[in-house]
Amino acid sequence: MADNKTKEKEPLFSKKNLGLVKDPLADNNPITVQVLGICSALAITAELKAAIIMALSVTFVTAMGNVVISLMRNIIPNSIRIITQLVVAATLVIIVDLTLKAYVPDLAKKLSVFVGLIITNCIIMGRFEAFALGNGPWKSFLDGIGNGLGYGIILVIVGFFRELLGSGKLFGFEVLGNPVDKTGLYALGYHNNGFMLLAPMALITLGLIIGFQRSRNKSLIEETH
Amino acid sequence: MSLKQNLHNLKLKYQGTKMEQTFNALHTFLYMPNNTTHSGAHVRDAADLKRVMNTVIMAMVPVLIFGMFNAGYQYNGQINGFENLAFLSWDNFVVGLEKILPLLIVSYGVGLGIEFIFATVKKHEVEEGYLVTGMLVPLVVPIDLPLWMLAVAVAFGVIIGKELFGGTGMNVLNPALTIRAFLFFNWAAFMSGDKIWVHGAIDGIKKANGVDAISGETVLGTLAANKHVGYSAYDMFMGFIPGSVGETSTFLILLGAAWLLFAGIGSARIMISAVIGALVMGLIFNGIVDAGVITESSKFYSLMHFPFWQHLLIGGIAFGIVFMATDPVTASQTNTGKIIYGFLIGLFSILIRVFNPAYPEGVMMAILLMNVFAPTIDHYVVQANVKRRMKRLKLKTA
Repeated sequence: MADNKTKEKEPLFSKKNLGLVKDPLADNNPITVQVLGICSALAITAELKAAIIMALSVTFVTAMGNVVISLMRNIIPNSIRIITQLVVAATLVIIVDLTLKAYVPDLAKKLSVFVGLIITNCIIMGRFEAFALGNGPWKSFLDGIGNGLGYGIILVIVGFFRELLGSGKLFGFEVLGNPVDKTGLYALGYHNNGFMLLAPMALITLGLIIGFQRSRNKSLIEETH
Repeated sequence: MSLKQNLHNLKLKYQGTKMEQTFNALHTFLYMPNNTTHSGAHVRDAADLKRVMNTVIMAMVPVLIFGMFNAGYQYNGQINGFENLAFLSWDNFVVGLEKILPLLIVSYGVGLGIEFIFATVKKHEVEEGYLVTGMLVPLVVPIDLPLWMLAVAVAFGVIIGKELFGGTGMNVLNPALTIRAFLFFNWAAFMSGDKIWVHGAIDGIKKANGVDAISGETVLGTLAANKHVGYSAYDMFMGFIPGSVGETSTFLILLGAAWLLFAGIGSARIMISAVIGALVMGLIFNGIVDAGVITESSKFYSLMHFPFWQHLLIGGIAFGIVFMATDPVTASQTNTGKIIYGFLIGLFSILIRVFNPAYPEGVMMAILLMNVFAPTIDHYVVQANVKRRMKRLKLKTA
C-alpha cells in the first residue's frame, strides 16, 4: 500500500498526527461544530463529576474502538460494516459500564442508561465510519482520543456552568456557600437557579458556547441560504 | 427653548457619534420623527411603532393603578380584617406603590438598558418593543419577588428571548412570558404556591395565636387544593382577590381590551376566540362532572366543578388573552390563523389549569406553546388558501 510507505517515514507525533488530536478540540469539535452527540451532552451535564466520567468513557470507547476497527478495516465486508462497528462499540461500552458499576457505583447509578447509550452516540459511529475505516491504527487512536476529548471539553464547560449556577457546587463542594444555613452568597439573598438543572438550559448554554466559538472564528459560520 | 427643540439639538449634536441611536430614540419617543422617506412607499401611518406601544401601555395603566390599591387592600385586610377597610384608601395605595414601583423601575431599567446597549453596538435604531414588555412584567410577577431575580430574568428574556432572534419583531416567543417562564422554572419557590401572592406572606408574619397572619393563596390555589372558594363572582370580576398585580381585575382588563380594540391594535379575533376556547373547555369539564364521571373524591373535582364562565374571572387568563395573546409579533398573522390560535390558547389554558394543579396558571404555558405553533398555523392557512384558489382556477379553465 502506498499509504504504508509514507507512514513509516512519519514520526509518531508529527504535526499532522498532533492535528488529529488538536482539531476536534476546537475548530472541528464534534459537539459545537459537527453538532453530534448533543443528547448525552444535555442529559448528564447537571453535575461536573458525571460529565467528566462520561467524557472519559466516551474517549475510551472512541479511541479503543477506532483502533479495533482500524485493525480490522481490510477484512470487514462492506455490506456488514455497520453491524461490525456496533458490535465493537457495544463490547467496549459494556466494559466501561461494568467497570463503572464495580468501582464508582454511586456515579454509575446517576449516569444510569446514559453509559449504555454511548453505543448510540453519533460521534462514535461517525469516527468509526469516517476515519477508522480508512486510516491506520495509530492515527485512528489519536483521532479517537481527540474526538473523545473534544466531546469531553464541551461537556465539562457546560457541566461547570450548570453545576455552579444550578446547585451552587463544583464537584459536590459548596463553593457558593450553604443554601440551608445561609452562608456565603446565600446570606446575601442568593438562590440557586433551578432552571440550570433542566435540559432546556443545557441546550441554551450549549447554544451560547456554539455562538461564542463562531464569533471568534468566522470561518465556522455556515452559509445561510 | 422648547423641549422638542432641545431634544432636536441634542440629536443633531450627537449625529454620527456612538450615542446617535440613544438620542434619536429619546427624540422620537416623544415627537414625530422629522425626516421624510426618500424612496419606496410614501404613504405612512402616523401610528408608528412607538405610538402603538404607548397605546398598549395606556390600556395597562388602570390595571396597574388598581393593582397597587389591591396589593395594599389584601395586605391591610389580612392583618386588620376586611370589614371596615375601604378599598380606595391612601394606606392601601402606599403599600402597593412601595412594592410595585421598584419592580417597574428594575424591569424598565434593565430591559431598556440592554436595548440601548444593543442598539449602540449594532448601530440600529433603539427598538421600542420593550416599552410594553417592561410594563407587562411587573404586572404578572408576585409582588414580593426579589428584585435581583427580576433583573436576571429580564436580562435573559431580552437577550436570549429577543435579541438573539434579531430584536423586536423577530422574536418567536412573547418576551414578557419568556421572562415569567424563566422566573417560574428558575425560582419556583418564589413564583408558585400559597405564600407569594400577597405582600408579606412570604415573610411569615404570625398572628398572636401563631397562625400565619397572611395567606398568599389565590383562588386557583384554593381550587387546586380542593377547598371552598370564599369569594363571590362579583369580587372576582372586580378583582378584590389575591393575585399578581395586573391579573386580578377582570373588569379593568376588559376596559383595556375595549381601548385596544377601539385603537385598532388588539386583535378582536384572537380575544374572542380565546374566550370561546376557554368557555368550551370549561363546559366540557362541567359536563364531565355533571355526567358523574368525576366525583368529589377526585383531586380534580373543585377545578372541574367550578362554573365554566367563572374560570375567566380568576387567574391570569383574562390578562393573558387581552395583553399577551394579542402580541402582533408572536401571534398568527392570517385572519383564520388568529381564530385557531386564539381558540387553542383558551382551550389549553383551562386544560393545563385543571390537570396540573401543581402548576395552577395554564395561560402562560398555553400562550408560549401557541407562539411556537403560530407560524405553522399560518403556513397551513396560506396553503389551504392556495389550494382553494388553484381549484377555482382549474374549474374556470376547464
